[in-house]
Amino acid sequence: MTLRSNSNETDRTEDPLPRWEELVTTALLGTERRQPPVLVRPRGREATITLLDAAVVHTVRRRAGLVPAAAASRPAPAPFDGRPLPPLAARRRLAQLLADRAAPSSSGRRGTAPDLTELLPQWLTKANDHGYQAPAPLLPALLDAARARTDLRTQVLTFVGSRGLWLARLNPEWKFALRGASGSGALLFDVDDSNAVHELWAEGLFAERVALLTAVRGRDASRALALLAGTWSTERAEDRLMFLDSLRAGLSPADEPFLEQALTDRSRNVRATAAELLSALPLSALAGRMAKRALACVGPALVAGKPSIAVTAPRECDAQMQRDGVAPAPPTGRGARSWWLGQLVESAPLSAWTEQFDGRSAQDIVTLPVADGWGEELHAAWCRAAVRQRDAQWARALLGRPGAPPESGQGTSSLAERAKLLSSLPEDERALWVARFIAAHGLSEAFQLLGVCAVPWSEPLGHSVVDALDIAREAGSYPWSFSGVMGLAERCLAPVEAGRLDLLTATPAEVEGASPGAGSYWSEAFQRLVSTLRLREAMQGELAGTLPR
Amino acid sequence: MNQTGVRWTSEQVLALAPDATSQKAGSRLGTTGQWSGTGRSEAGAIWGLCKGSGSKPYQTVVDITGPAYKCSCPSRKFPCKHALGLLLLWVTDEEAVRASAEPDWAEQWLSGRRSRAEQGSGETRAGEVADPEAARRRAARRAERITSGALELEQRLTDLLRGGLATAERAGYGLWEETAARMVDAQAPGLASRVRELGAIPGSGPGWPARLLEECSMLHLLNRAWLEIERLPEPLAVTVRTKVGLPSPAAGEPVRDHWSVLSQYDRAEAKITTRRIWVHGRETQQMALLLSFGAAGRAPQLSLPVGTVIDAELTPHLGAGQLRADLSGQFGIPVPMGSPPPGGPVASAVEAYGRALSDDPWLDSWPVTLTDVIPVPDGDGWQLADAEGGSALPIAPSAISRPGLWRLAALSGGGPITVFGECGHRGVTPLAAWSGSAFETVVLI
Repeated sequence: MTLRSNSNETDRTEDPLPRWEELVTTALLGTERRQPPVLVRPRGREATITLLDAAVVHTVRRRAGLVPAAAASRPAPAPFDGRPLPPLAARRRLAQLLADRAAPSSSGRRGTAPDLTELLPQWLTKANDHGYQAPAPLLPALLDAARARTDLRTQVLTFVGSRGLWLARLNPEWKFALRGASGSGALLFDVDDSNAVHELWAEGLFAERVALLTAVRGRDASRALALLAGTWSTERAEDRLMFLDSLRAGLSPADEPFLEQALTDRSRNVRATAAELLSALPLSALAGRMAKRALACVGPALVAGKPSIAVTAPRECDAQMQRDGVAPAPPTGRGARSWWLGQLVESAPLSAWTEQFDGRSAQDIVTLPVADGWGEELHAAWCRAAVRQRDAQWARALLGRPGAPPESGQGTSSLAERAKLLSSLPEDERALWVARFIAAHGLSEAFQLLGVCAVPWSEPLGHSVVDALDIAREAGSYPWSFSGVMGLAERCLAPVEAGRLDLLTATPAEVEGASPGAGSYWSEAFQRLVSTLRLREAMQGELAGTLPR
Repeated sequence: MNQTGVRWTSEQVLALAPDATSQKAGSRLGTTGQWSGTGRSEAGAIWGLCKGSGSKPYQTVVDITGPAYKCSCPSRKFPCKHALGLLLLWVTDEEAVRASAEPDWAEQWLSGRRSRAEQGSGETRAGEVADPEAARRRAARRAERITSGALELEQRLTDLLRGGLATAERAGYGLWEETAARMVDAQAPGLASRVRELGAIPGSGPGWPARLLEECSMLHLLNRAWLEIERLPEPLAVTVRTKVGLPSPAAGEPVRDHWSVLSQYDRAEAKITTRRIWVHGRETQQMALLLSFGAAGRAPQLSLPVGTVIDAELTPHLGAGQLRADLSGQFGIPVPMGSPPPGGPVASAVEAYGRALSDDPWLDSWPVTLTDVIPVPDGDGWQLADAEGGSALPIAPSAISRPGLWRLAALSGGGPITVFGECGHRGVTPLAAWSGSAFETVVLI
């Protein structure tokens, strides 16, 4: 695309100047092969010079006589975003965080300065909590950040809103935004406007439709189901799967008929997800069927006069079981019968077991010995059921006591299972459990558990972590053995802890047996932690607009 | 608001950084915890002590009236990361940098600066030449060398066109590099850099022969103009001298005004970095270009925060159609700019460039402000289209790949905005933009 030359220039036949194209052709071939197409050549003037003279007149004339080009069709304007902009100080901070991200990382030691990149997710979460819209000039940097880091996508897409999606359509590098995770807050129109809803549902991009479904469901679950049922048979299998998945939020018995229907879906993944969702509804017919099957396999027994659990794994996986979402083929390395058993137990309502075991509580059932080495299998399935049904009683029972040694046999000892069980507990209880776990076992195994705790960490949890770090320091180990926890602490520790940490930033005298130089590395690591916490506090103040500016 | 005027934005501070690494390093230092003994004075100075790797903290002072920087760290970057960090601290955290008395170590440097400023800009002017006769002889010798350079260049252009431009494509870059080196020997750096630019054209995509012929002919025009410079009117003669690379004197009438800083960007060449700063005078409605140079790898000294207004005196350089000026005096502290300079539709920008060519046919571009334009994608490229009517200006190909293009599109969101840029025969290069809703200057380069 170039500017247009004034068209008069080349069309005038009486013009003594040759046509520009002819000059270019001559220049390309060379005057040795082709005479310049000039009408009059001044005497004694070399052909090449005449060519250049003619070309310069053309060039200057063309440039001086340019006229504007014709406008291409304009893009439809970005939808209006009614959310307010963040306060000025917060906008400046965001620009700083994004500039830090874009700059090449300096190699080597991290030093005492905070890692701003790590603060970006928190900044975004807070900004979204406040309901701000992204400043327009920062949209490209935000989209670039989300492109590079998938963990930022949901937050960024919410923050950039409709204008961000508008921009992403123009740049293929930001395609992810159009098909990516649903930016739940990105939906910026009235879900009560049913014409607009139906139009977007019919014509929207996939991400927009998922966001729409979530938003409508938040307002009126039955309307969302009606929307989905209307087009269900024409949706692609992977889209059906994602739509079904969005029913997870706010799942209720009202969803059962729709889910029952989905049990006969063409796609195996859709069927499995429907079964999983139904089993999370303890009163559903599917949950009842699964309970019946599970209770037939697991029941009370007496071994040497003591109450225990007897297990008879299923002998086949019949068509009815398969229709209810039980996968018949076990993964390699697992026995078919235990694979089926696990699926039955994890899909059965946990309430069924109290009756099966003579009114015993979850706690009591979990501590019963299990015959024939089925204990691990059974407990793992109960863990999955507790997580799926968000059953705090069972989660507590299966977690065991935080201070107990892992091999005590009480509850599960798998950190992954524990992390999942913890998320079924109320936030306070979760934090307290992890705090006690750290006090008893130290930090080396706590990483996964810390990840499921609410941010900022509660006071007991924060204290536990800081104490454990202090113990590690005194033991003379290097701070990078704890870099994972340190990084988490920078993100999750409540800013008020900064005062307590100040004491730890001093470089201690070298203790005998300690790793060389460890003391000063710890001091540096704590300084970084303190400055990060202070910065986070400042960020929150800026976003809340509480700092006078 | 505080007594040092309205503070700048982080973007403005980060724009002062000589490179991305400094931006990042500076950002990390822009927090409390790194600093002690910070303070600021009524006169526009900010200072602080920054903990480094050694035992003694670095002493950092910034005079924001310049801005000018002084730091005891060994960095050769300018401003260094400490100065950037200190400025960021100042813009983001009012409590961290409170008004107080200047400490001795800062005061020494500041008072030195102030007394130099009071002596006036006399020493930066052309000044008296020690031996006018010797200077004249030197100038004559240099003119002779340039003349022989121009003759040689003419010869090479003729050779090229005799053999055909197609051979230039095969000969590649070496041919032009060698010719450029000859022009450096001839003390004609202006000719040298134009020759180097010719070298890039054969690889520049479809239509290159036409572009190469255009540029060869413009270079031919410059050679002819130099060889017959006595016959040219004086203003044009000055322009020709500047184009071949002779220093042009800043000898016009100084103009004091409130100058809005519209853009600042660097162009790195082999041995020198050229910084171009566009400013617009609020009262005089004049546009001026401040140039500042840095040796290879070092940032030029002059650095003005984009989006602010400075009360300053500029001394224009001579020559027909020249917008270049020197900053000959600065008063007070930069304050944020209220609104963009007045502008016009797309057609007025093209016209302005066309008119400017009659004073200086070698002009690559002309500064323009476009009001109510919308960035519009157009095939592989983009254009700025008038919000009303069917006219548009293509965005120059060199600007398409820059991240600034996306900031421009984001700011517009499909609606009309104001854009400042350089308009040339290949389109417009956007440098700054403003949206109707907020008058914050968005830097596009």
